[in-house]
Amino acid sequence: MTKKIKNLNLNFGPQHPAAHGVLRLILELDGEVVEKADPHIGLLHRGTEKLIENKTYMQAVPYFDRLDYVAPMNQEHAFALAIEKILNIEVPHRAQFIRVMFCEIGRILSHILNVTTQALDVGALTPSLWGFEERETLMTFYERASGSRLHANYFRAGGVHQDLPAGLENDIAKFCDNFPKIINDLENLLTDNRIFKQRNVDIGIVTKQDALDYSFSGVMIRGSGIPWDLRKSQPYDCYNQLEFKIPVGKNGDCYDRYLCRIEEMKESVSIIKQCLTKMEKGPIKTFDGKISPPSKKEIKQSMEALIHHFKLFTEGYRVPKDEIYTAVEAPKGEFGVYLISDGSSKPYKCKIRAPGFSHLQSMDYLIKGHMLADVPAVLGSLDIVFGEVDR
Amino acid sequence: MKNLNDLEKKINSELTTKINKTEIKHSQLYIEIDKDDLIDVILFIKTNKDTKFKQLIDITVADYPEQTRRFKLVYLFLSHEFNQRIILSYFINENEVISSLTSIYPAANWMEREVFDMYGVNFKDHPDLRRILTDYGFEGHPLRKDFPLTGHTEVRYSENKKKVINEPVKLEQNFRNFDYESPWEGTKYIKEQTEKNDKKN
Repeated sequence: MTKKIKNLNLNFGPQHPAAHGVLRLILELDGEVVEKADPHIGLLHRGTEKLIENKTYMQAVPYFDRLDYVAPMNQEHAFALAIEKILNIEVPHRAQFIRVMFCEIGRILSHILNVTTQALDVGALTPSLWGFEERETLMTFYERASGSRLHANYFRAGGVHQDLPAGLENDIAKFCDNFPKIINDLENLLTDNRIFKQRNVDIGIVTKQDALDYSFSGVMIRGSGIPWDLRKSQPYDCYNQLEFKIPVGKNGDCYDRYLCRIEEMKESVSIIKQCLTKMEKGPIKTFDGKISPPSKKEIKQSMEALIHHFKLFTEGYRVPKDEIYTAVEAPKGEFGVYLISDGSSKPYKCKIRAPGFSHLQSMDYLIKGHMLADVPAVLGSLDIVFGEVDR
Repeated sequence: MKNLNDLEKKINSELTTKINKTEIKHSQLYIEIDKDDLIDVILFIKTNKDTKFKQLIDITVADYPEQTRRFKLVYLFLSHEFNQRIILSYFINENEVISSLTSIYPAANWMEREVFDMYGVNFKDHPDLRRILTDYGFEGHPLRKDFPLTGHTEVRYSENKKKVINEPVKLEQNFRNFDYESPWEGTKYIKEQTEKNDKKN
């Protein structure tokens, strides 16, 4: 007697802790082997691009925090750079260092979350407990600078919203001294851990060619051995004045990507330290009164400043007709903003290029032939955050 | 090509009639082509040893409802070897069908699905052209300029029917789109700018 065996369709998510958000993954299983994966996304689609078209440039900034919400300021950076390039404005020295420093804090925030939750997905609980404590510290730095732990709304075209409060620089420096020890602790738990290696080595291998074909960027492309980092190759703000290394993987599997993230955190710490030493006192936003709002003190004394303030917070500043694509190296990869301005105070079009979108797209190709239990491991190492995938 | 100017020359001389316009701005190369030459141009820039634009970064559309050729399709490419970016664009009518790039760049799959979802542009030979970001059963194309910001339907859980239902949008207050552009008689140059903007809006 022959038995007919049918493939099983499994619905993974949208409410599954290992789906890292609202991912609905429809898996076709042959026994325990995945034959096909079809990610259904868009459950967190909020129409960010449409909303930005209806807001002034300054009002659009908070939407960028809500994309990749584990590293908010990195997104704001791309948008600020796009406007700055069109308006052709200089960003003061101090502001550049503050921005780069907070971008690196964002990178650490994102990598801690990713490394520890990936470990959680494959069965290790402790790293997430240790890692989240550090994230909390970093988020208080966010809060002290911008007033908000997550949705910072801190970067502006031409600089940052306000200067760092007294004492913050010292506390960040203290953190930089302590944090490498935490990374070592995490590494002690994970890097040579037999279970962690069994679950990650040779899982979800990406070849160099596929990394290019599927538009991978960030750790996903570096893990496969392509030394590509926008901070080095197309430096923005003050990255060309800083020294740092780009860790590159060899095999392109989940384990190499984990190692890249760990090394990147160490590099980020060194970048933050360099920023702190190179940062000098000075202005933190452009002096152009048509773009950055005047200080409260000026408003009280000068009629012109008052008018500027009023115009900036009602109409907003106008951006001349242009079209530009700017990208930054966000923790997850190349985050880009394609901006079309039409001379008014609102963007005509603002397309957001999220790295996670192209990474998640390759899910079907990555997981084909793997076991069901590898799905969370691969998904974890892709570093997906649905805020940016669904926009 | 090490240099953007050389790249511009190279592309212009090799593809001559297929290129309508090239421009270098913000250290990126902007190329305008015709819809029919898309595949030829892209195969050239991907495979030629002096260009090697091996990565498709994104595909998007800008909508200009007042023009006859309404949609401007934009393709962003990156060459790792030469560290250069190209922004390729062309205009199409509302009902034109364009060739899919999925066979050349696998990454185009979701990008084209997104363009289809958001703007209703159709792609020929796309393996799986479904909506991607909007809800199952969604109607309309949200990023078109004539689609209202508030949308047409709202969703809620109905206690009577015991399921999630779609209803026409009811708002307590309409979205207030203030016209901030020079409420008073201003200086002349501002007025001129406003007139230009009026035409576009």
